[in-house]
Amino acid sequence: MSHGLLLTFEITILVLAIFLGFEVISKVPTLLHTPLMSGTNAIHGIVIVGAMLVAGADHKDTLTTIIGLIAVVLASANVVGGFVVTDRMLEMFKKRERREPDT
Amino acid sequence: MSREATNLLYLVTIVTFILALRFLSNPATARRGNQIGALGMLLAIGVTFAQNAVMSYWEIIVGMAIGGTFGAVAARKVRMTAMPQMVALFNGVGGGAAALISLAEFHNLAPDPGTLQKDISTSIMLSAIIGSISFAGSLVAFAKLQELIGGRPIVYPLQQATNALLFAAIAAVGIAIAVGAEQQWLIWAVVLGSLLFGVLFVLPIGGADMPVVISLLNAFTGLAAAATGFELENNVLIVSGMLVGASGTMLTILMGRAMNRSIGNVLFGAFGQVAPSAAATAAGGADGQVRSASAEDVAVMLAYAHKVVFVPGYGMAVAQAQHDVRALADLLESRGVEVSYAIHPVAGRMPGHMNVLLAEANVPYPQLKEMDDANGEFTRTDVALVIGANDVVNPDARNNQGSPIYGMPILNVDQSQQVVVLKRSMSPGFAGIENPLFLNPKTVMLFGDAKASVEKLAASVKTV
Repeated sequence: MSHGLLLTFEITILVLAIFLGFEVISKVPTLLHTPLMSGTNAIHGIVIVGAMLVAGADHKDTLTTIIGLIAVVLASANVVGGFVVTDRMLEMFKKRERREPDT
Repeated sequence: MSREATNLLYLVTIVTFILALRFLSNPATARRGNQIGALGMLLAIGVTFAQNAVMSYWEIIVGMAIGGTFGAVAARKVRMTAMPQMVALFNGVGGGAAALISLAEFHNLAPDPGTLQKDISTSIMLSAIIGSISFAGSLVAFAKLQELIGGRPIVYPLQQATNALLFAAIAAVGIAIAVGAEQQWLIWAVVLGSLLFGVLFVLPIGGADMPVVISLLNAFTGLAAAATGFELENNVLIVSGMLVGASGTMLTILMGRAMNRSIGNVLFGAFGQVAPSAAATAAGGADGQVRSASAEDVAVMLAYAHKVVFVPGYGMAVAQAQHDVRALADLLESRGVEVSYAIHPVAGRMPGHMNVLLAEANVPYPQLKEMDDANGEFTRTDVALVIGANDVVNPDARNNQGSPIYGMPILNVDQSQQVVVLKRSMSPGFAGIENPLFLNPKTVMLFGDAKASVEKLAASVKTV
């Protein structure tokens, strides 16, 4: 695929993702705002893929690789911390739902 | 693995992320949603390892172990009350990673003239700027919430002008990079300038607005991730990053709406700027009008009430008093008192903060009243027990047009027969605004740490 064609394709999926992102969370109860923010926070940890590609490529100079590896460290903290914190928040909600029938 | 197979597997990850967002929007499925998202992330990491372009496995695995361990330990060890700043921190490192990726890419591509195409250099520039702002801004938000620096807005003369000038400079260098300038110092200048801008941008925003700011910076990191996707011609980065960028923006708007504040007002309003004068007048009028009570007095009041409404706020969170509050509520219920909890959507440091803490203490769900329901009940409430909440019960939001929080919906505790405020001292709340509720003749103050006060109340109720 030519570079220009690839770019138009990328822009197309970008625009579709914008609409999807707005649509998918347009109705959220307030009590889920924090967990949802935390969940999306974990999802943008996907930069780890970019960090891996940069760190893993065979570069001519080591500075690029070192910067890439630091990015891997930061992105891993984002991914793991993000999902774990979100899970801890949501754990609490589960407990509450179980109590609902007995009151 | 072939590029086609890689891209198809990345598509699976994208689908899991969309499902994750969908499930996270519903309390019943939220936890599963988060787990589905984590699985998708694991798949994307595995697929990336299998790419021919990735050659140095061990360094990456070591890097992941370091970052992952830090993330896991920090996320597990943090107390429920400190979650908001944890989210800020994890968001910041994500933004930092995006900025570093563009730094490395520019460093790698720029020395070969002609290899850097304009769309690539544009996305490198964008992710460097947005990622750096998100990194620095999130760290300032973290420091504010962790109370490493004051929660009050930091304002100085010509602040907006300074920020505008700095931003113009960053944009100028950014445009130079986008159109093909390939000197290394340019990208460093953009990154350093954006870091500084991130700090200056969040400093003037008051602590009470931090949730909205973190949500906005979260959307920023998403955008930065999408921009790195253009640099690396990687679909999963473009789509996932943009999903977060769009849903994060939407969430920021929803949060602002819950606090009845526009995003522009949050970012540029220098929340609490008028507080010094208001604080001065309130402090002057405070003498003799604040009535403080003993735990025994309050216990009698509670024990003989028909209906008591608990109004929890950050003070309850910080004192970890939720279990004691539940115990006190049980005690009152056993005496036939009707107990409920009035939950302001932004009580605490984040929307839903109080729900999470009270759920942890196993408070029965039907007793939690959202703001509108709760406000319908205060007129027939005997005692409203305010536990470490301040700004969300400040009648100035309703009455005083000069107040910085004027227009924010509040819990109308002053409509109940009596108000008891549990508070550490007379110092103003997180937003730095005085609260005339404390001077209301219906109000008595019970000074002390929320946990200690609630324990004392419970002990006294037993002896009544």
